[in-house]
Amino acid sequence: MRRVRLSPGADLDGFRHSVRGLVAEGVPPDEAVFEAGEEAGLFGAPASEEEAPTLSLPRAVADLVRLVVCHADPERYALIYRLVWRVTHGERRLLEVGSDPLVHRLERMAKGVRRDIHKMHAFLRFREAERVGERERFVAWFEPEHHILEAAAPFFRDRFSGFDWSIHTPEASAHWNGERLIVGPGGRPEDAPDVDGFEEGWATYYASTFNPARANTRAMLNEMPKKYWRNMPETSLIPSMLAAAPQRVAAMVAAQPAEPRKRPPTRALRAMTDQEPKTLEDLNRIILASEPLVPGATRAVLGEGRIGSELAFVGEQPGDQEDIEGRPFVGPAGKLLTRALDDAGIPRAEAYVTNAVKHFKFEQRGKRRIHKKPTAGEVKHYRWWLMKELDLVHPRLTIALGATAALALAGKTVSVTKVRGPMGYVGLDGKERQGFVTVHPSFLLRLPDEAAKRREYDAFVADLHAAHELARDLAA
Amino acid sequence: MDEKLARKLRVLADAAKYDASCASSGAPKRKAEKGGLGSTTGAGICHAYTPDGRCVSLLKILLTNYCLYDCAYCVNRRSSNVERARFTVDEVVSLTVNFYKRNYIEGLFLSSGIVRTPDHTMELLIEVAKKLRREHGFRGYIHLKTIPEASPWLVEQAGIWADRLSINVELPTPGSLKMLAPEKNAATIRGAMGQMRERIDEAKEEKRRFSPAGQSTQMIVGADDTRDADVLKTSASLYDGFRLKRVYYSAFSPIPEASAVLPLKAPPLRRENRLYQADWLFRYYGFAVEEIVAGGEGGMLDLSIDPKLAWALKHRERFPVDVNRADREMLLRVPGLGTRAVDKIIRARRHATLRLDDLARLTPGLKRARPFLVVPDHRPTRLLDRADLKARLVPQPTQMELFA
Repeated sequence: MRRVRLSPGADLDGFRHSVRGLVAEGVPPDEAVFEAGEEAGLFGAPASEEEAPTLSLPRAVADLVRLVVCHADPERYALIYRLVWRVTHGERRLLEVGSDPLVHRLERMAKGVRRDIHKMHAFLRFREAERVGERERFVAWFEPEHHILEAAAPFFRDRFSGFDWSIHTPEASAHWNGERLIVGPGGRPEDAPDVDGFEEGWATYYASTFNPARANTRAMLNEMPKKYWRNMPETSLIPSMLAAAPQRVAAMVAAQPAEPRKRPPTRALRAMTDQEPKTLEDLNRIILASEPLVPGATRAVLGEGRIGSELAFVGEQPGDQEDIEGRPFVGPAGKLLTRALDDAGIPRAEAYVTNAVKHFKFEQRGKRRIHKKPTAGEVKHYRWWLMKELDLVHPRLTIALGATAALALAGKTVSVTKVRGPMGYVGLDGKERQGFVTVHPSFLLRLPDEAAKRREYDAFVADLHAAHELARDLAA
Repeated sequence: MDEKLARKLRVLADAAKYDASCASSGAPKRKAEKGGLGSTTGAGICHAYTPDGRCVSLLKILLTNYCLYDCAYCVNRRSSNVERARFTVDEVVSLTVNFYKRNYIEGLFLSSGIVRTPDHTMELLIEVAKKLRREHGFRGYIHLKTIPEASPWLVEQAGIWADRLSINVELPTPGSLKMLAPEKNAATIRGAMGQMRERIDEAKEEKRRFSPAGQSTQMIVGADDTRDADVLKTSASLYDGFRLKRVYYSAFSPIPEASAVLPLKAPPLRRENRLYQADWLFRYYGFAVEEIVAGGEGGMLDLSIDPKLAWALKHRERFPVDVNRADREMLLRVPGLGTRAVDKIIRARRHATLRLDDLARLTPGLKRARPFLVVPDHRPTRLLDRADLKARLVPQPTQMELFA
């Protein structure tokens, strides 16, 4: 008979170490005895002094082992060893056989541990304690069913990183100081403060969120067994909540429908439906006050030009220069647009200019802000504003410069090369509007050779000219 | 907590409790930043249960229960004489943070009565979420109620801060909605749900954050005379059309200050439960809504037995099912076998022929499943022919004594 001595609680490392030795030496499960905790001292010798080779176990087995070692059952190690033995002796896929009595039992144990961890995450209550130094400090007392403190503690570290906390349980304690998670000895209920300023408020909330017409204690007890109650401040209210419930329901049912004590708020009701921005200034105020919907973004760059302009030009988004100055089309592409408008014989005063996306989306690389193209979803975040803006500016014709602007008008991806020229689109009211699609001037700037640049520039000017003609025809 | 704030909390938690959802699931896993507050685990955590058996996961409150709308089923409608209160944005933020630090909650579920305009109200809700995220580095769960009558750009804003957005369809048919909620409109509601679905899908595709835990909705059951068949058809179309994570069914329950239009009676809790079971059957068990409804009579589900058993009893010719051979689809139709048990059975039977004892270890529902199963040591043919099979399978009501 081989006796294995393990530390109290969940001694995963000790168990792993000894199991490696036992398997390497070929000790069958019936000849191994595992002793955990104080009584372990009576028997001698760990299984092996030397490090035996690592066992290769299927992931699911390793996960199960990690959970079951936390179980309170003194037989846990013997049972897991039985599993490990079978898995390493021809039954590698044993865990798939949920009907096997050993697998069934271990899975139930794992479930119990998982549930206990989950309930600790759920039902533990912190109380605020006096500060030690600058940082806030919270302390809790909790009584788990299994040896789960170390398995449960990382959850609290990940969640409550910003203040110091301690969790005391009968057999161990865990402490977080903003840097490290430290495990210490067990404690007593008195280790946590006996009051907290928010507990009454929490109880108020708990009682108010209860619907007396739906009392169902069975469902409550299934999920929140009584063993957890004594460390949960709100549960002391349960008896009185239940006792009062039938009467509260009877009173509600018996009450006659009452006439409203106040007169109907006629004026407020009329004002309620009147929330649409009615002027461009109203809309712009909303845009300025809103959060950017793209990353980077420092401030909103609004459209510019006269209401009732003949032509409205929609670009992609403000660039670096536009973001700095807070005005649209003032960078290199904007200058090119101005020149092309001149060459097409369109007075700049006749043109309203704006962007599909109102913020500069960029990625900071060193000192440079690199322009990032907005995604389709991002363009649609901004589309409502653009549509409203165009309705308020009310141009005869809206010209989409490039694919992003075309997407913003059409509400779906549009190929500029394919649709270049007039394109109808549907406004927020469901009615058709006249649009026109051409390239973005930045496309011209990016062309490598001069000949192509000249050719495309002429085509762009021709587009602007055609758009201008179309707008005039629409007026007639 | 001072007296005034405690009063507000009492009034505004009471006013919010008719929303069934308290889920904190579906958000991507997040940890607190160094020195920050809050995390999400993916699955959600219920931090307490009230004696109505419902989970308390989020701080579920209204920003205010003053409301300009006059929905007959709602305790907060403008013509009700209920006690009113209004939180400031900062009060909600501080309550959330302080409750969260004590591990009472997973986060916030914020809704509101309509004050001034839908836009104004929606802006306040967004302000709370933004402050939590910005000023407190809060990474816990935030569920915001979306007001469908608010301007569409506000939905775009809400989705950046929230983990989940929801709009309640309230009633199963547009007709009922028109009658009982004069300020609401079914087309507006569906329009806003469509907008959210599109943005949520796009963001997922583009790996951006926009209401990452999706959207859900709630339907009140028993306030109008819609039959179960139509309730389920409506929810099936909502799941399909808007990719909802959940449709919550809320049995219309007596409220203080009830309206004369809706006389009060005990909430149809059993019916609500059957609807949830039916909902599960068409989402996870491969049933069509028509099949489920046909298990009952006249478009209503059978209240005495669950809809899967009801279907099985009307289709006895499909049983018994051979546990060792049947395909997954048919195993899922066996009363008493859940999706988990079915998957375990399929895995286990690759290694061994399953007998009754084995099954007992694979499912907690063997007692209910027995009449419908065949294994080498059990064959229930005669049982299936019995006329009183239903009576034998109807669960006997049991009362759990709490303070025995």
